[in-house]
Formats: sequence, C-alpha cells, structure tokens
Amino acid sequence: MDARGKKLIEGIDFDDTEFYSRLGFKCGLEIHQQLDTAKKLFCHCPVGYRNDEPDAIILRHMRPTLSEMGTYDGTALMEFKTKKQVIYQLYRENVCTYEMDDTPPFPINQKALDYAIEIALMLNCQLVDEIHITRKQYLDGSIPTGFQRTAIIGVDGWIPYRDRKIRIQQLALEEDACREVEDRRHTIVFRTDRLSIPLVEIVTRPDMLTPHEAAEVDGLLGRLLRASGRVRRGIGSVRQDVNVSINGSDRVEIKGVPRTPDIRALTHYEALRHKALLELKDELRKKGITTEDFKAEDHEVTDLLSNTSNPRLRALIDKGEVIHAVNLKGWRELVRYEIQPALTFADELAGRVRVIACLDEMPNIFVLDGRGEGLAVETEEHLRKAIGAGEADTLVLVWGPAEDALTGAQEIAIRAKEATVGVPQESRQHMPDSCRTDFERILPGPDRMYPDTDSPPVAISKQRVERLQADAAPCPWDREERYSKMKIPEHLARDLAIHPHARLFDRLTDDTSLNPTLLAEALVQWQKAIKRDKRKVGLNINPPYEKSLESFFKTAADRGTPRRALYYAFEKLLYGEDAEPPSPLPEDELKALCQEVAEEFAAVRYKTRELTLDFLVGEAIEQSEGRAEPAKTRFLLDSSL
Amino acid sequence: MSDTSDQVKGYRGKAREVLERMGARVWAEVEIETDKGTYEGIILPRAEQADDLHVVIKLFTGYNIGLAVDRIKSIKEKGFKEAHYKIPEQDFPYDPRKPNVTLLGTGGTIASRLDYRTGAVIPAFTPGELYGAVPELADICNLKTNKLFGVFSENMGPHEYITTAKAIGKEIEAGVDGIVIGHGTDTMHHTAAALTFMVQNPGVPIIIVGSQRSSDRPSSDAAFNLRCACNAAARGHIAEVMVCMFGPTSDAYNLLHRGTRVRKMHSSYRSTFRTISDIPIATCTPTEVKPLRKDFNPRRKDRQVKIDARFDDRVAIVYYYPAMKPDIIESLIDNGYKGIVIAGTGLGHVNKPLYEPLRKACRMGISVMMTVQTLWGYVQMFVYDTGRDLMELGIVPCSNMLPEVAYIKLGWVLAHTHEREEVAKMMLAPINEEITEREPHDGYLVFQGGLPEIKEFLKRGLR
Repeated sequence: MDARGKKLIEGIDFDDTEFYSRLGFKCGLEIHQQLDTAKKLFCHCPVGYRNDEPDAIILRHMRPTLSEMGTYDGTALMEFKTKKQVIYQLYRENVCTYEMDDTPPFPINQKALDYAIEIALMLNCQLVDEIHITRKQYLDGSIPTGFQRTAIIGVDGWIPYRDRKIRIQQLALEEDACREVEDRRHTIVFRTDRLSIPLVEIVTRPDMLTPHEAAEVDGLLGRLLRASGRVRRGIGSVRQDVNVSINGSDRVEIKGVPRTPDIRALTHYEALRHKALLELKDELRKKGITTEDFKAEDHEVTDLLSNTSNPRLRALIDKGEVIHAVNLKGWRELVRYEIQPALTFADELAGRVRVIACLDEMPNIFVLDGRGEGLAVETEEHLRKAIGAGEADTLVLVWGPAEDALTGAQEIAIRAKEATVGVPQESRQHMPDSCRTDFERILPGPDRMYPDTDSPPVAISKQRVERLQADAAPCPWDREERYSKMKIPEHLARDLAIHPHARLFDRLTDDTSLNPTLLAEALVQWQKAIKRDKRKVGLNINPPYEKSLESFFKTAADRGTPRRALYYAFEKLLYGEDAEPPSPLPEDELKALCQEVAEEFAAVRYKTRELTLDFLVGEAIEQSEGRAEPAKTRFLLDSSL
Repeated sequence: MSDTSDQVKGYRGKAREVLERMGARVWAEVEIETDKGTYEGIILPRAEQADDLHVVIKLFTGYNIGLAVDRIKSIKEKGFKEAHYKIPEQDFPYDPRKPNVTLLGTGGTIASRLDYRTGAVIPAFTPGELYGAVPELADICNLKTNKLFGVFSENMGPHEYITTAKAIGKEIEAGVDGIVIGHGTDTMHHTAAALTFMVQNPGVPIIIVGSQRSSDRPSSDAAFNLRCACNAAARGHIAEVMVCMFGPTSDAYNLLHRGTRVRKMHSSYRSTFRTISDIPIATCTPTEVKPLRKDFNPRRKDRQVKIDARFDDRVAIVYYYPAMKPDIIESLIDNGYKGIVIAGTGLGHVNKPLYEPLRKACRMGISVMMTVQTLWGYVQMFVYDTGRDLMELGIVPCSNMLPEVAYIKLGWVLAHTHEREEVAKMMLAPINEEITEREPHDGYLVFQGGLPEIKEFLKRGLR
C-alpha cells in the first residue's frame, strides 16, 4: 500500500456492520495455496523457482473452443480478440514436455491428492466419491494447454467464525499457472517454472458481511492451511482472489490480492465502485439512456484530424495509424462520472481498451466534451460538426494500428452500453494504492469448463479417506483450545498451532511426559532465536529432520533433561552435531558441585539472601552445562548458605 | 416411446440399476440426496469403460464430480438440459476469384467433439462446421468437403486407401485446384505413401493434414495446420502427395513433407513429422509456400492423373530383434503371406537361425524385402558376410526405403504381380523418391540436447 492508499483508508471503520449491511455488502474468497509436494501435479518435474536466464523459449497462440454444453465462453472470446503472441520461457530442470503441452498428462500426483483430501476434511467438506479432472479454460496464455486441469475434491464445508459458520463452497485440486514476465502490446511472456505446481483452491460462499470480516476469514483460512502442514511457504505460494457484490450488483473478482490486510480497503472501495456504477445507471436512465435506447456511433476520423496539433496524434497519423471517435449519444458529462476516488467512468473505458485492444500506452483515450482534452476546442468543434455529433453527445477518441483502434472503438461502445445494465462481471486487478482496482478481464462463467479427456476419473476409497482422516491435522482453533488447556501462553499457542512442527508437538505431548510449554518454547521460540543468531554471523542452519527431532525430545523425556541442558543440546542439534539431551547431574555430583560453588563464591553476597541464592544457583547450572536441576540445586545451596 | 437404454447412456450394472429404480435419466437437472448431503447438478452420460459404482453430475459451477451410487437416497428431477455439442455452423462463403479446394475427411481431430460413450473426442466435419471453427479458411479458398469415412488413423487400411485414391481421381478430373485430406496422425505416413503410389502425376497438390492436439483445446494445432494445408493446396505450386504439419513445436510455420519420406517420430510433440534421410520439400504458412528444394513435381493444368488403386494385404513387417526365432517367419509362411518386409539391424541384418525359414519363404515365391530399423541410411548387404548370405537366400535390399513405405509399396506391387523378380523390379523403381540416389549431408539431423550450440539454438525459440 502506497502513500495514497494510506490516505484513502484513514478513519474508515471496515467493520461498520450497519453501513455495509445498508449497502448489501457481500464478499467471498478464493484462496489458492500451493501444496508442499516434491513433484508437480501431472508430471514428474521437481518443483522449483527460477530467476536465471531461460534455457529455451517457444511461441504459441490460443483459440476459443466449445464448452461441454456446446457453447462458447464469453471470456474466451474476449481473450481471443486480443490476438496475443504467447512466449513461454523453459527451464530444463523444472519443465518437461508436459508443461510445454507436447506430452499428455501423467497420472495425478497421489501425494497432492492426499494433501488436498486432508485439507478438505479440515474444512468439514463433503468429499467427492470419484474425482473428475476438468479443464478450466484460460485463453490469456498463462497455461500452454489453454486450460488448467482442476478437480473438485470436496464441497459444502464450513469453518466457525463469530458464532456462525462461514460456508465453504468447494475445494479443488489444480495445477498452478505460469508467472507473467512481460505484457506489451500483442506479446505476452510467461515463465513456466511455477506451471503445474499442485495447489488447492478454496472457494467460500459470499458470507463475509464487512471488509473486516473478509480479511479476518482470509487470515483464518490461511492459518488453517499452514496448520495442515501440507502447504508451501514463501512469496507467491498463496494467492487470494476476493469476490465483492452489493445490492443490485453482480459479482466482481479482485484478483491476486497480495496481503490479507489489503482485502479490507480493496473490498470497501470495490463496493463503493459498484454503488457509483449503479448510480450512474440511474443518471443515464434520467437522460433516457437505457439498454434498449443506448446508441453509440463509431467514426474513423483520421482524415478529419490530419491538422491536429496534438503531437501524439500527429506522430501516429504519420505512422499510418488511425483514429476513431465513438459518439456516445446523449451522455453529456456522464463519462466523467466519478466511479472510484479520482477515477471516472472514462477510466473504465480506458481499462477495457488497454486489455482488449492491446493499446497499453496511457492515456489511450481522450474524452471530448469541450474541455480541450487531447484536442483544441476548435478542432473538437470542427470534428463534432463533421460527424454530426450534437451538444448532448460525448465523443471518445481512441487510436492505434487500424485493427486495434477498431477493436478499441467497439470495446468502448460495449463497455458504455454495460453502464446501462449496472456492474459488469469482471476480474479486476488492484492498483498500487491497494484500494482501487482496474480492469483485468471479463469474469469467466461455467461455460469454460470441459471434461479432461486425457485423464480417467479417480475413485476415492473409503479406506483412503479413513487413513487420511487419521493423518489430517486438527484445525488451528482446535489446537489453540487444546494448548490453552495445557497452560501454554496464548501467543505461543497461536504460533505453535500453525507451526510446521505442530504435528510433532502433538505426538510428543501424547506420547511423553515432556512439559508442553517447554516443548513449545523449544520448537517455536528457541529454534527461531538460534537460527536468527546464526544468520547474524552469516551461518545458515539446515533444519533437522522431524525424525531426529522426535527421538531427541523422546530421549529428553526419558532422561528428564533439565531445561538449560536441553537448550544447549538443542543448539548443537541445530548446528548439525550429533547431540543428545543429557541426564540431570546425579545426586552425589550435584552435592559436590553445590559445595564447590558455595565455597568458590563464599565472598559474593547480594543485597538479599534470595538474590545471592539466585546467583549461586545460576552459577551451578552454568558450571554443569545445564545438567543441574534448578529446584534441587536451590535446595542444596539454600542449606549450605 | 423413447428407448430406456438411451436414458441412462453409458451406465451399467449397479449404477444403471439405481438410476433406473429412481427414474433418473441422463441430462436431467437433479437434486440428489445422499448420506453425506445434497447435490444439485445435471446427470451426465458415463464413459463405458468407467466403473459401475458412480454417477457423474455436472455442478452448476461447471465442475464434474462422481457420486457413489450406494450413498444415493433419492434423485429429484427438476429440469432437463441436453447438451448439443455443435460447432456453430455457417455457410462457407463462395468467392469466384478464389481457388477451389476439396477437403476429404477420413477422421482424426481436425474438428472434433466430445464422445460420451468413450469419453474421448470424435471428429466433426462439414464445411459449415469448419468455417465456424476456423473462419480464416474463407480468406484462402472456396472449400468443399466430402466425408469419406470417420475412423481413427489406426483403423485406416487398404480399403480406405483405395477409396481415397479413387475420390481424389474424381476430384482432379472435376477440376479442383487442390486437395486436402483430414487424417489422424498415427498412420498419416502410411496413407501418404499409399496415395503416392495409387495417385501418380496428380498435377495438383494433395495435402494430408491432422493435428497433434485435438481441436477442443485452445492450444490446438488444428486450425493452423488446416490453414497452412488449404493454402498449400489452393495456391502452392508443388503437385505431390505431401504431409503438412508443424515445423517447430512453436506456432511458427509448417513443413511440407514428401509422402514417401515422412515419418511420425514422437508420440505427442506437435512437430512430430520429419522427413527422413532428406530435407522437406517446403516450409509453409497460411499465406505462402516456400520451397526448400527445386526437384518437385510442379502444378499442371492438364488432368492426366493416373489412378492405380489396388492393394494386396498379405504383407507383413517383421521388426527384427536379437534371438528372434524361426517360427515368426514360419507362421507368416503358414498363413499364406505373399510379402515380408524386414526391418533389419544396422545395414540390414538378421541372425542365422532365420536363414532357413527365409530361404523357404523365397523358394515358395514370397517376396522378402530388407529395410533398416535405424530408419536413416541405406541398406548395404555387401559389407558383411551376413548381408551377402541373406541376398543369396533371395532377400531384396530396399536401399533407403523406410520400412513402413516398403510395406505399403509391397502391398501395392503385389496387387500387380506375384512374380518375385517382377516384384523386386517394381519395388526398386522409385515412383516418387521412396528410394533416393543420394543422402545429402543435412538429411540426418537429430540434435543432441545439452550441447552449447544447441542451447543457443533453443534460446532463440526456433524449434
């Protein structure tokens, strides 16, 4: 969020239930989380990110195809209009001919399927009995096949929130798409490393009633995913799309919200955008512009503007490009209607032109309503007369190579007409202020789904579900409750509930008599602190395998290793040394040690007896490398004082 | 009354029983109550090979899921919505200034739709459908289509070769400017060879085309292939039987391969077709054909095509392997085969135990041809004793004819004569480059990945 964003959210109560319920604010989430498997979903490539130069590139195009129900999908057709050349960057270590769409899929990664089922169970979903792999079409080029292979694993789940249930519509297991590197004019470049990494997509119902709730539930689901112990961490491993609607508006999707807290401002301003668009619709109606009566005329006006003084238009005319004027009949000043803070309906038009006509050098349109935007007022007058535009009409100028300028002009008319209906179903991207949004693409519908004829259905046996039910992690809130009963401090319980070692913790506390708080501290806080210390001196610690951690703590439990000794041994273990937690100092050695310490520091006396005792106990523990048990040591030293 | 079996299409056993008992039918919009909860969606037909324990429904989100039939308590029908998977048909425009091309359909995935019986895709094919799917074709030519059959390419055989050759003859006589044949890719090179022998001196381009990614995929190569093929047929000046498929795996340009020198070399790559032991005839795009060589048969105005469509299918290819036993050859003899093409090792060799049955075969009047399983290079049976022994038995070395081409040619030749010497003579007299006199230095180029110079090449996106 930039400075403008911070200003825009000042003083807003994102949980003002009264305000948002008046609006009819509704929000649903789509969370995409990569699974922590070694290999990809439909091939055997190792998962890995690359930032080096690609080993090879290939070039492809996409065409729309029919859906299973025999219709074309709207988004698909729109994306076809953009006529993009798609370039894929390949890496031989992480990409094979499957990702290139030159080899059919291999059988689905069973580990990924297990993980997805476990997460579906955590979300209280009804599991599907037989999984059908489906193709979800994407013509933007982000997947070389032109579709994402995806399968529903569970439906109709829920998670608890604020004394109610947030409903989970579905959980799907799918392959990740490419990373976009560059998108200019008619060429888009994708990096394929991320392609086909398994991920789960969790879709909630629109049950969040304020922006604050949306962010909180997103946070909860994020914690649930981490608690599963089956997900990847790091930048880009989790992405969320947020759906917003209000009374009278259709669903709009804000894609790829980078941070959970940003959901609040983005959904707030998106809801206000809907409100503004609905108001604009009413304003249009007042002027007699309804869907039926809407009129827009497209004129090619390159010749009429051959004397323009605008250097940009001049240059393009010299290059042989063309200019179109779209006459929005009767619109007057309504193209300037404010839709988002400092953005008007003209920006809605510009967004469409940018994406669909690939005219991405901004500004890409001029609004001609006598204010001298782009053209001198006299030139505009001249133009209006020439194409028969009346005083009440607004002209929108768009320019570029002939084909693109025509597409742009058509798109302006299409988008303007949609204003008479209300809020078009769009996918929108956030702006740098993380408050406002800009057009990305038309929201695809169910028509883009198609059965994957390359993959057989996969039946999920009862035995498999039972096994996974036993394996699945508890939800973080259930864990937190359990940990609080163990008297683990709240902040530590919160961290532990989603910690990668939470399963280990649960197992160890079930199987041993280790003090839960001590174990939690060791796994969460000690580990973090030791790693941080080492990083400071330039050392990277490889985390020990869970198995060696488990036997380490079991030994500690058997031997009753005192806290300090456990810390020292744990530190060594993290260093990669073969460390074992030692037994406490035997009675006679402890007695001898206390004797020595008492004699050595006989001259040291603090203000109070207690403080002196504290000092001596500390000394004894240090000298024994932690093996002296504090209580016994204190007792022995106390009597010797 | 409608047929009940159709109402639960594809379902069998237990699943069929449950659906029928509950009066449910395919394409019904339903609410299904199960012991886990209620589902709403459309009941879809089921692939026949799938198990009989699940019912498939399409949820309103477009996703499909399978429900175990033993969990279903009730099914309530709320509507009915049968899918009509149909490419929007539009009349193919006619422009008297444009060349006329006939597209002969044999099957394959140039245009296709979903088949619920098998869950796979089946071809769809009319000019209207093609125009709906690939409207750019109208910029190239006037298109007429004739669906000869709808078979997958593995089911193409002598009957289909003969039918196709005769259909081509009729089209050429009728004055068409070029012919495109839609074909599955697996045996495209067999058909290309057969048509080269059966349709001689065509005078117009005969272009065989297909797709490696079916046309129900956005990334399909079908549209590009079809546009390239139609342009090569309509305007190209090379009047031979050719295969037109992707050059590189990128959407860049296609190659025109001579029908007797082309082979499918990868099970799934787009750029699977390669010319073997030579270079392709031309590169092509939807707007141009650029010859890579000069020795092709040019387009002619006359209609003097020679149709020689016949085939004796008592021919087999024997792919030799070490330790092959004589009974393989003996069984061919016992079953009345008239021709055997051996794909031998190296320069054209088989082991000693096969000598006896091969001698017997030759003596019984069976024509035995030797080709190489290395695919590239010539048979040379003088270099080693083995080769000389084999020739003495009566085996005919077939120079650098590809094994599949030798198989097709032998079937075609045997339909003319069974006389062994006459067969050998015809086999060794090339109709159209199935044997070439020389292999140019760039006729064998299989790049080895990993080498620095190849890495550079791949970075430029040219493959």
